[in-house]
Amino acid sequence: MAAICTNNAFCSIILLVNNANACKIERMTLNSNRSPEAEYVLASENVSLRFGGIKALTDVSFRVRRGETYSIIGMNGAGKTSMLNCISGRYKPQEGEIIYLGKSLKGKSINSRAQLGIGRTFQNLALFGHMSVLDNIMVGRHHLLKNNFLTGSLYWFGARQEELRHRAKVEDIIDFLELQQVRHAQAGTLSYGLRKRVELARAIAIEPELILLDEPMAGMNLEEKEDMARYINDLNAELGMTVIMIEHDMGVVMDISDHVMVLDFGCKIAEGSPEEVMNNDKVKDAYLGKAEDIA
Amino acid sequence: MAVSNPRPCGDFRTDYAGDTRLFSDRTHTIGFFFLLALALAVPFVFDGYVVSLMILIGIYGIAALGLNILVGFTGQISLGHAAFFGFGAFSSAWLNTNTGIPVMITIPLAGVMTTAVGMIFGIPAARIKGLYLAIATLAAQFILEDFFARAEWFTGGSAGSLAEIPELFGFTFDSDQRYYYLVLFWVCVSFLLASNLMRSRDGRAFIAVRDHYLSAEVMGINLTKYRILSFGISSFFAGIGGALMGHYLGYVSAESFNILFSVLFLAMIIIGGLGSVAGTLLGTAFIVLLPQFMEFLVALLSGPMPFLIDVQPYIKEMAIGAAIIIFLIFEPDGLIHRWQLIRAYWRLYPFSY
Repeated sequence: MAAICTNNAFCSIILLVNNANACKIERMTLNSNRSPEAEYVLASENVSLRFGGIKALTDVSFRVRRGETYSIIGMNGAGKTSMLNCISGRYKPQEGEIIYLGKSLKGKSINSRAQLGIGRTFQNLALFGHMSVLDNIMVGRHHLLKNNFLTGSLYWFGARQEELRHRAKVEDIIDFLELQQVRHAQAGTLSYGLRKRVELARAIAIEPELILLDEPMAGMNLEEKEDMARYINDLNAELGMTVIMIEHDMGVVMDISDHVMVLDFGCKIAEGSPEEVMNNDKVKDAYLGKAEDIA
Repeated sequence: MAVSNPRPCGDFRTDYAGDTRLFSDRTHTIGFFFLLALALAVPFVFDGYVVSLMILIGIYGIAALGLNILVGFTGQISLGHAAFFGFGAFSSAWLNTNTGIPVMITIPLAGVMTTAVGMIFGIPAARIKGLYLAIATLAAQFILEDFFARAEWFTGGSAGSLAEIPELFGFTFDSDQRYYYLVLFWVCVSFLLASNLMRSRDGRAFIAVRDHYLSAEVMGINLTKYRILSFGISSFFAGIGGALMGHYLGYVSAESFNILFSVLFLAMIIIGGLGSVAGTLLGTAFIVLLPQFMEFLVALLSGPMPFLIDVQPYIKEMAIGAAIIIFLIFEPDGLIHRWQLIRAYWRLYPFSY
């Protein structure tokens, strides 16, 4: 088991218990001792987002528990990515607030959110195409590195040690995601599935508390999907990260999510465990169309 | 861009430091020190003309390195690099004449002053990019050019200003042969600093801003800071180069730092290789030596084709234009890419990959 648990209270326990499910149980009992505020990593409170006359999100509220995998599903254009963009700071909701670890994210710049512990991957690949895989992942550690353009230019006086220390951490991530074969390859030359994995590696390198995955399995074959699902489970279990995921593959969503929220035209129409959501009538209507529409 | 650089047999990396070395293997190291030894020997072997060309390559190379950090690594654009180069030349001369600080110290100080000016003119980069930024930097070129012509207290106006000959512990750099070593020193320092920068945190941040600025921001990189910082670092090297130029000529005049010169800097880095520290020097050498080469060629061919003598001046200018077009079409990654292909071919021979 990779030993990249960071700033995580459960680290030692996780390393002892080798079974992912056992980890989850272990952590839940630990969590129950905490104050209720700490139970939720992220809370969205009545978030509304408009682009001119178009309402991308209307009054969306949800809460994400620490250490869970929370999926957002919905049709194309339902506002899933807009929701993630509100959390990562690309969009600023006109109304409502997003509370992260008990504090509002309002007014926080995009780049400061990495420091707060929010990492994300993108739906359309957003790697640094001309950099090696290693350097891509090293960029994720930007906010953890201290050397700057002055100390970096005088490489041998301090920066070198720091760079090598972080390189060791990056190697742990490479081991975790099984990227050893391609670590020196130029990111832009990799296959789609691998690029998605490098993107995940880069997000992990931020050492986030909360990781946002925008369609991590889009365009993958079954085997790659299974691998990715395993990695996402490990994000929870081994690294203690909280995952918010957008995904269209219902099989995957139902298998690995703890909670699922369904968006339809910017409104939340259902939330709950995968089973509850599956059996929700509104969800069936949204996905399959209403019975009277056909008649 | 990516050309395989296979390691020789038996060269196994056993630690992470091996991946970050400036010289990837022994051949590389030996090659570098061989070239350095050659460079040190130049004034003893060649006459003043060759040495003066080498000085020009060195000075322009330092300034072009700055532009490459801005354009090649950070993906910004600047059409005002010559103005920053000129500002460095005037700053060093002005500091030396007005405060009496020795030239050896005013050269880096001129770099720092130019950094400040560059960062001010880099502020538009926080909001605009591409063609719009190009026009904004064009404004920097014209504002500074006008400043050189009018600010008599600083530049001596249209009369220009005199620049002292540098001196170090009684050793004056008064001949080309001696000045060459001063330039060589600054070339080594500049290229070393830039190489180090590019393998540390902020260098990666620059490339990240170039390759995908949206995701760079999510990775915690402050785009505004790095874009302006890139202008600052770029101007620093331009200032150093300019200062060296001023003290080399002994006289700085406002007219020489025009837009054409700015474009020439862009030509150097495009031909050398955008986003390559070593390529910068290759491109600079190419641009400096191309007119000389054309002159040589014309002289050679003027026997059978005497009319060439009359058109020689055009040929020199046209050759640079033609070279840029040819490079953009056939080798957009620059001379350094060609060199990497040759190196890979050599390493892999007799196999093709």
